[in-house]
Amino acid sequence: MHPAFQGLLTIIVGVGGCVAYYYFSNQFLDRVLCPARGKHAGRNINRANMIRPWLFLMPALIALGLYLAYPVFETLRLSLTDRSQGGAFVGLANYQQMASEPKFWEALTNNFLWLLIVPAFSTMFGLLAAQLTDRIGWGAIAKSLIFMPMAISFVGAAVIWKLVYDTRPLGQDQIGVMNAVYLSLGGDEPQQWLTIPFWNSILLMVVLIWIQTGFAMVILSAALRGIPEETIEAAIVDGANPFQVFFQIKMPQISSTIVVVWTTITIVVLKVFDIVFAMTNGQWETQVLANYMYDKLFRANDWGVGSASAMVIMLLVSPILVWNVYNARKEMR
Amino acid sequence: MADLLLTDIAKTYGGTVDVLKNINLDIRTGELIVFVGPSGCGKSTLLRMIAGLEKITSGELRIDGQVVNDVPPAQRGIAMVFQSYALYPHMTVRDNMAFALKIAKKSKAEINEAIEKASKILQLEPYLDRLPKALSGGQRQRVAIGRSIVRDPKVYLFDEPLSNLDAALRVATRIEIAQLKEAMPDSTMIYVTHDQVEAMTLATRIVVLAGGGIAQVGSPLTLYEKPENEFVAQFIGSPSMNLLPGKITGTGAQTIIEMDGGGVAVSDYPSQQSDMGAQVNVGVRPEHLVETTGEYIFEGKVEITEALGEVTLLYFEKVGEGGPVISKLAGTQSELRGRSVRLGAEPSKVHLFIDGESLLYRTGGLAKTATTAHLAVSVH
Repeated sequence: MHPAFQGLLTIIVGVGGCVAYYYFSNQFLDRVLCPARGKHAGRNINRANMIRPWLFLMPALIALGLYLAYPVFETLRLSLTDRSQGGAFVGLANYQQMASEPKFWEALTNNFLWLLIVPAFSTMFGLLAAQLTDRIGWGAIAKSLIFMPMAISFVGAAVIWKLVYDTRPLGQDQIGVMNAVYLSLGGDEPQQWLTIPFWNSILLMVVLIWIQTGFAMVILSAALRGIPEETIEAAIVDGANPFQVFFQIKMPQISSTIVVVWTTITIVVLKVFDIVFAMTNGQWETQVLANYMYDKLFRANDWGVGSASAMVIMLLVSPILVWNVYNARKEMR
Repeated sequence: MADLLLTDIAKTYGGTVDVLKNINLDIRTGELIVFVGPSGCGKSTLLRMIAGLEKITSGELRIDGQVVNDVPPAQRGIAMVFQSYALYPHMTVRDNMAFALKIAKKSKAEINEAIEKASKILQLEPYLDRLPKALSGGQRQRVAIGRSIVRDPKVYLFDEPLSNLDAALRVATRIEIAQLKEAMPDSTMIYVTHDQVEAMTLATRIVVLAGGGIAQVGSPLTLYEKPENEFVAQFIGSPSMNLLPGKITGTGAQTIIEMDGGGVAVSDYPSQQSDMGAQVNVGVRPEHLVETTGEYIFEGKVEITEALGEVTLLYFEKVGEGGPVISKLAGTQSELRGRSVRLGAEPSKVHLFIDGESLLYRTGGLAKTATTAHLAVSVH
């Protein structure tokens, strides 16, 4: 069978199956299980309405349970056992071993740096872009350009930026923008940017900032538009200059949106994997937790330590996720 | 505490759309001027130009003798109360009122004193530490007014401040604004509304705006008793003035008109020999149109009656274009429904318009200034 035809068939069966599930399960509920007729019509309608949400949510609940909830407990179990000893319970031994590895602490430190820098700069640049593109004629074009990196996969972005940081031997044309600029500004010889510790981590963060600024801009731009125009005019009449209007009137009114954007990017940052994997693979002191986990789990085949580091990532993400959801709900109210 | 002088003010959008033109106004210290007009007449635009939120396309705006066309809003000595209150939602009532003073770098003591004074006048003392969302509509409106008061401006600008309140609160707040004005006799206030009851009750003078220009400026009763044109005649007063076509058959100190629909009207408006035979519109307010057995201006069948308790509105069959003729009679008169009735009015209540303009204000007729002077006497 031709692959395209196969794909089409899959889509038809998949989508059709979903539609059929909702349609027929609903029919079954209303016609067979709790029919709205006879002596108990009223009671049956009430019962059907109580069952219906569960019926419709069931596919999602099953999928999430199978692919999200179950793996959490399985990972927890794996992190407390040793596969080489036939799955024997070893307590916190895996965690102890992980804590004794310098590479883990390097990953944790780097993650912490990412956490501080990426959300802050993405949100700041996003807010700046949202405010500056708001009232100019070509603002829409500028916005789509800034938003475009969002459409690129992390790996794709990593490849693009690898070219930006690329190094060629002295005497050849530098195809990496950074070295080209560096040399034209009087640098002695081309630098291997991604091998210089600390700064290489920053260079990796730039990639994620480049991607996430568009996201921050779109959300914050909508929030800025939602500010009542009259409050801004009132501030102008009250004598506030543009900076005071921005920082004292506009920013506080969109503070909950800023928190949501910030925390959403923070969660992305804690899970960052592709960029590091594709650009340095954690060498030259650029390791992060997700890549460390991948290294342990699938390269070293150390399921215990790999799962332990996965648990650490989950523990770090959870509180931020809770705060994020709390703020997003507050904003909706 | 300031005079405003508007000279040939105009507003054009995009170089082509004239919103306002030829606006000339002389507003004196201590006046409460109300801008009224139908929606889209440019009354809010005019207010925003005075505030400095909207650029003046041409003409000159002077506050206290100083041209302020290019002066930023904060330095014009104005304060504005917005229709939606425009309170800063993230600040307490106290901070809302203090904002302008903090921007102006006033001392803490000065700020506190100003807030204390304003909150006392507006009875906002118990709410100073609340956020705007914890206040009712009326309280928010008072905070918005308080925010203006603390700045001690030369001119207060109100942009439809009561339109977001419910009917009962609107009446109460209207009275509060009137009392506020009385407590600050030296402050100049400009008030925009589309509600003519607000205009009639609050204004020292009303400016009726229509079609991008000023239709008439005058005290509330001038507008009611001596409207300059058909627009003002119909805009002020509710239900609006009836206009009936007729032809002048007698001139002099009084004018006699033969109505197109039969009947004869006599008006105290003077006319000249040359007016003989001219086509006019005879204007009579519903409350002045009463049942008569003698000379009648209008005869028709009552189609609908609306008994409002204190008065009854009679709607007559439509004659020609325009709305139905309406008469407002005292008491309950529901039994008139379906009957044919003859209506007349006292000569002093009969207005005459030629081509939409009042006969009273014609060039060559009674000069405008003379009318106002005459009226000032008759009102007192």
